[in-house]
Amino acid sequence: MSSELDTAPEKYEEQHVHEVYEQIASHFSSTRYKPWPIVEAFLQSVSPGSIGIDVGCGNGKYLTVNRDVFIVGSDRSSNLVKIASQHQPHTAVVADTLSLPHRAGRFDFAISIAVIHHLSTPERRREAIKAILECLKDDGKALIYVWALEQKNSRRGWDEGHEQDVMVPWVMKSGKKNPNEDGSTEKTFQRYYHLYRSGELADDIVAIGGEMIEFGYEKDNWWAVCRRSTKSREG
Amino acid sequence: MKVLTLNFLTCAVKACKTTSTSFPLHPKDCELVSDTIAPNPQLLLNVLPRIDWNALIITAGELGFPTLPPTPPTREELESNEKMMTELHTLLLETQISEGSLVCGNCGHEYKIKEGIANFLLPNHLV
Ligand SMILES: [Zn+2]
Repeated sequence: MSSELDTAPEKYEEQHVHEVYEQIASHFSSTRYKPWPIVEAFLQSVSPGSIGIDVGCGNGKYLTVNRDVFIVGSDRSSNLVKIASQHQPHTAVVADTLSLPHRAGRFDFAISIAVIHHLSTPERRREAIKAILECLKDDGKALIYVWALEQKNSRRGWDEGHEQDVMVPWVMKSGKKNPNEDGSTEKTFQRYYHLYRSGELADDIVAIGGEMIEFGYEKDNWWAVCRRSTKSREG
Repeated sequence: MKVLTLNFLTCAVKACKTTSTSFPLHPKDCELVSDTIAPNPQLLLNVLPRIDWNALIITAGELGFPTLPPTPPTREELESNEKMMTELHTLLLETQISEGSLVCGNCGHEYKIKEGIANFLLPNHLV
């Protein structure tokens, strides 16, 4: 998508992802409080004392699912990180998924929920998965969630064959106290998404040398549990 | 940002990540605050073997905390030593760096911490 517009992908994402989240942060956060069951189960499955990362942690709703682990969350949006950092005893930092400050090979687990699909080229999506897996220990596991192209029963109604790079509106009520110039009280933001088709997430994981452990489809999303491959683990 | 976090983060610059001098990051002009957090001995005991003890000695020293023993306590030693348990809980989980910066020992880049939040976004020339 970014190539069509002839803009550098990081600039494109800055405008169509990061700036949007920065502006909708508190409204977005107020709608994101219920953990998704697969993510919750994954977090509960890790052993006590595990150190994890939550890449693109948003408001940090997953930081407190398991009381016996310590998580370093990261997000591009400093407004979302402010909300996330209130979850004790964890830490949330502002960081870019493609330039993570996490030490390689030190983490027991990683989650990245609804984040990778905001990267606008295949290279950058794969680089992100690689960066996440590099943080893991030899036996560490990552859970990755992305929005699915195949969701014909959802409100959006996309399905196989549809354009995979889409702009998705976020409608925010500005309230009667702060109406727009024309008197309306709603503001619409457009966010960029790459909708993953069946098999694409696994292809990306394998392409960067990762190993699939488990995968599935839940509520309009593809998810995968993966780890560094045996080869990269030995090297 | 919790002090425990410093044991798991390094410089975000790719060329620095693999160097030994980039870890741990060095706190500079840091203000510390202490939160009161209910002790979770099980969490601490289980986190203990995952800590890079040499890096923690450096961090604790640079933040002005009492000198840590040269080798980490064993699980049993920590379990039976209430004083050490309290000290580690305070250092790792209750102490926050609220303002200041973290400096990479390899490239010298300074990451700002404001209102307890560290910012690791890199300027364009370092990406
Ligand atoms: Zn550096």
